[in-house]
Amino acid sequence: MEALSMDDEESSGLRLSHRLNGRPQGTVRGYKDDGLLEVCAVGKSYAGSGEERVVFQDISFRVARGELVAVVGPSGSGKSTLLRIILGEERPSSGEVLLDGKPLGYPDVRRGIVPQHYGLFPHLSVIENLMLGDRLNHSWFAWRQNDRILRDRAERFLRAADLGEHRHKYPHELSGGQQQRAAVMQALLKDPTIILMDEPFGALDPGTRERMQVFLLSLWEERKKTILFVTHDLEEAVFLAPRIIALSPYERKTNTIGTSRIVYDRVVRNPWQALATESKKDPRFTEIIEAIRDVAFEPDREHQIRNFDDQHSREFNATIGNGNCGDGWGQRE
Amino acid sequence: MSKRKQYLFGIHADPPKTVAWFYQVAPFLGVLIIYYLISSAYLVANPDGKIFPSFTMMVDRIKEMAFVRDVRTGTFMLWADTFASLCRFGTGILLAAAVGLFLGLNMALFPGMRLIALPFVTSLSIIPTLALLPILLIVFGIGDLAKVALIFLGLTFYIGRDMYTTTREIPKELLVKAQTLGASELALAYRIGLPLVMPRLIDAVRQSLGPAWLFLIASESIASTQGLGYRIFLQRRYLDMATIIPYVAWITLLAFGIDRCLGYARRYLYPWKR
Repeated sequence: MEALSMDDEESSGLRLSHRLNGRPQGTVRGYKDDGLLEVCAVGKSYAGSGEERVVFQDISFRVARGELVAVVGPSGSGKSTLLRIILGEERPSSGEVLLDGKPLGYPDVRRGIVPQHYGLFPHLSVIENLMLGDRLNHSWFAWRQNDRILRDRAERFLRAADLGEHRHKYPHELSGGQQQRAAVMQALLKDPTIILMDEPFGALDPGTRERMQVFLLSLWEERKKTILFVTHDLEEAVFLAPRIIALSPYERKTNTIGTSRIVYDRVVRNPWQALATESKKDPRFTEIIEAIRDVAFEPDREHQIRNFDDQHSREFNATIGNGNCGDGWGQRE
Repeated sequence: MSKRKQYLFGIHADPPKTVAWFYQVAPFLGVLIIYYLISSAYLVANPDGKIFPSFTMMVDRIKEMAFVRDVRTGTFMLWADTFASLCRFGTGILLAAAVGLFLGLNMALFPGMRLIALPFVTSLSIIPTLALLPILLIVFGIGDLAKVALIFLGLTFYIGRDMYTTTREIPKELLVKAQTLGASELALAYRIGLPLVMPRLIDAVRQSLGPAWLFLIASESIASTQGLGYRIFLQRRYLDMATIIPYVAWITLLAFGIDRCLGYARRYLYPWKR
């Protein structure tokens, strides 16, 4: 994969809000940065026919700058709803979401999104898709003046994703994997503060899916972007993310489906370790999956959390603290 | 499973491409043959009859109208009528498409606009437009404006509703994604929504061609001094079927040509829309 660099973008004379490698890698020191995304006591409920359906209540967690966090949970646990709330597509029924300490509103350039479907605009070629962010943010004249520079930059991103030769194709002419690679690069090129991914590889075949996971990890290792990755696939979550948050709607005492809550939030491996292509050979890999499955995916099993990497988790939680969510999570006014 | 190959009929039929054209032309050919037989029999019984003119009589009449200047107006009647009708037709359709697109797009994307305009547009789209013709003739007179207005009123709200539905069908993911790429509300409507619904706009216009011709012919037939519809209804007084039938065929040909042109334009301009 071609390394991404940014040499000439500032010379364009056009104020580009998106910068590649926005932060030098040296400043990233594990999780010691301030919390970037703070989900404070967020709840969501829908008024149905009859009684109100509470999807989740008092969901609180923080994501540090440069983290890759996976949110997992069985169907109906509300993980996609949570993502839509963070994106600004839906409003929470209670609580609030902060990005860099400021409350979030409607979708904006601070949050990039890579959805499972419709990741690319069907009426634009691949390179036009990548350039769309620039076109939308600048007048036609400014954009025309800097067309060559912006096009070169988009082409570099495409080459980095091995899509250089497909740049003039329409999305429907690409395979599923190629489409998602382009969608990831489209979100990345805009350099948002956080990238939200909603089961982006869910529609791909297993082989392509694995290649895409490696591709995403490579990008993350290189760029250290903050990524919140929603998936129902435990293996994918454990393979990709150093930290995993699991939501579960299962009420263990009554063995029924109820309001979702976070049943698991911990660092499962060193967040800054090298590309995790060998994670699946790690003996803890299966253990982690089993642990999360026990607590989040299996309503009829005893609650069994295996205490792996507890030392690391404690350090992590102590480091990021409660931030802007107040003294006690879930109690913010 | 039957081993017998289905040639033309049946769900698995696969007619050879070499003769496919024949099957497409056959119904037209059949109508012409039937007409020829009826006309021949009629003219044998009524040598001076006008109801079923022969093909020769129709060709002669069309030649006269297309290539001989009219003594009274000094124009080539067929071309003058065609030009007058196409101007009204084109103006009406273009205005209806533009306003319908604007209404539909904005109603679908902006809740305030939807609240105000949707019930109004829905109500107007179900008014039988031809009933408005007398009103338009009284208000706008017998000039071109009444005819253009009839086409406009007849199509705008239909196209508007179609565009509304189409815009509502744009995946929400795309609209949200555009916002995360920096699209303002106007950019969302006109730089994302507009190009996405344009292929459907062309389809809606193609589907409106039939009603548009109906409105045009109806309005020209009642009050006009020129136009294809005017000529047909004028010649009706003289039972001049040798003019009427070719004019109807010419209108059909024009409508077919416009439809095909729009079809090609859609494929050429929007190759991404399969």
